[in-house]
Parts: sequence; structure tokens; C-alpha cells
Amino acid sequence: MIKIVLMLLFFICCSTGGEIAMTYGMKLVGEPESFRPMALLRFFGRAARSGWILLAAPLMAASFYSLLILLSWAPISLVIPASAFNYVVGTFGAKYLLKEDVTLKRWLGVLMVCAGVTVVLLTGQA
Amino acid sequence: MNYEHRLRFKTLVMVLLMVVCANTGDLLLKRGMTQIGEVRISPVGLWQALLATMHNGTIWLAILFLLGFTLCYMTAVSWADYSYVMPAGAFGYAVQTFLAIVVLHETVNAKRWFGVIVICIGVLLVGQTKPSTTSPVSEGPAPTNQAVPS
Repeated sequence: MIKIVLMLLFFICCSTGGEIAMTYGMKLVGEPESFRPMALLRFFGRAARSGWILLAAPLMAASFYSLLILLSWAPISLVIPASAFNYVVGTFGAKYLLKEDVTLKRWLGVLMVCAGVTVVLLTGQA
Repeated sequence: MNYEHRLRFKTLVMVLLMVVCANTGDLLLKRGMTQIGEVRISPVGLWQALLATMHNGTIWLAILFLLGFTLCYMTAVSWADYSYVMPAGAFGYAVQTFLAIVVLHETVNAKRWFGVIVICIGVLLVGQTKPSTTSPVSEGPAPTNQAVPS
């Protein structure tokens, strides 16, 4: 169980760091002008040249590989809900790094997600 | 349809696409990794696992779906808050747990179901908040190290 928890922590750090860097990069890129194929290609082309997206990519790759390892160790019904710890860490990142207005209702929602994750973890490995 | 309704609607569509792609991708990953077997944590073990994943068609199909998830996610966060999009995507947990039972024949006990339901209620609460609370970011310097933006 300890190796699963350690790998889960590594996964959360890489995943949240990558997502925050990607979100910041996408805010710089701006939203697509339309959903036509060429507009979307231009949009993803602009995103591919962003330094923040290039920083997010290796972090997300590391989180992906650690998820693969976790999935080979534990059942999917434990690994996927347990990775929801990302929501709490990510919300702190959104508030303090991305300067988002995280309201009481949003925090309550995130805490409920956290509580749900704790219950899932307490059920142990099947 | 006013700006906020339009924003909420297109975010919801993107989140639904994210959930479909992520669930299918995770399920295929689990199937692929089960075919490969348990990964040993050693340089040789990790290298063998990397080679095995590169030669597994199910893993490649999973990667395709997860790429679709990433593109939908990138599009959604270009207009909506990260702290809104990220938990909204957790609607997939109920679907994921259901699929784990039906497709992978895993056993999920009542306590774990309760946890998944609480997660979903939390996600519903987040979904009721404003999708975007920040203005577009102006161009700044590209990152020079592993630090996240402040």
C-alpha cells in the first residue's frame, strides 16, 4: 500500500503542476475564434508554441507514466477516484497561482470531492 | 443566449467530451497494462515496461483517447477557470466505476460507491459557480525553470 501512496503523490505533483502550467499557457493563447477545423488548427498551433505548454508537456508525460504504473498495481476503481486529490491541490494552485476567485461554494464542492476521495481510500486495496 | 449561458453551455459540452475521452482512455489503459503485467521499479523493469507499452495496440488506442481529452481540456481552460473545469471533469468517476464493474468485472463495495457519490455531489456544487472569474492574461515572459506562474 505504501508504494501505491508514494506513486500517487508523485502522480499528483506532476499532474497538478502540468495542468496549472497548461492553464496559464492557454489563457495566454486565448480561446479559439471558432470551432471550424482551420480555426482549431491555428488555435492548437499557437498553443504548441507557448513556453508554458512546453513546460506542461513533460510534467503531464511523467504523470501519465506514473498513472500507467499505478494502474498495473491497483484496480481502476481505486486508482482513478484516489487521484482526485488533484482537485484540492489544484484548487490551491488556481487560487494562489492563477488568481482565480474560488468562492465558498466552489471550496465546499472541492472539500466534498476530497471527502469522497478519503472514503474511497479507506476502503483499501481490493 | 447571453454570454454567461453561452460560456456555461460550451464548457459543459467540452467537459462531456473530456469525460467520454478520459473514461474510454483510462479503461483501455487498464486493459493494456493488465495485458503487460505488473511493472517492477528498477531501471531494467521500467525500460521493459516502456518497451512493452510501445508495442501494445490497446495502449496506443488509449493514448489516442487521452490526446482527445487533452485537446478538449486545453480548449476549455482557454475560456473557463481551471478550478471549474478540473472538478467538473470528475463526473466521469461514476461512469468509470460503473464501467469497471461491467467491463473489467472488478468488485466495488458499498463504501467505495458512497465515496464516488460524495465526489459527484462536490462536482455538482462546483458546477453551480461562475465558469470564469479571471480576465484574459496578457503576454508575459516564457518560463525559464520548473516554477509555476505567480
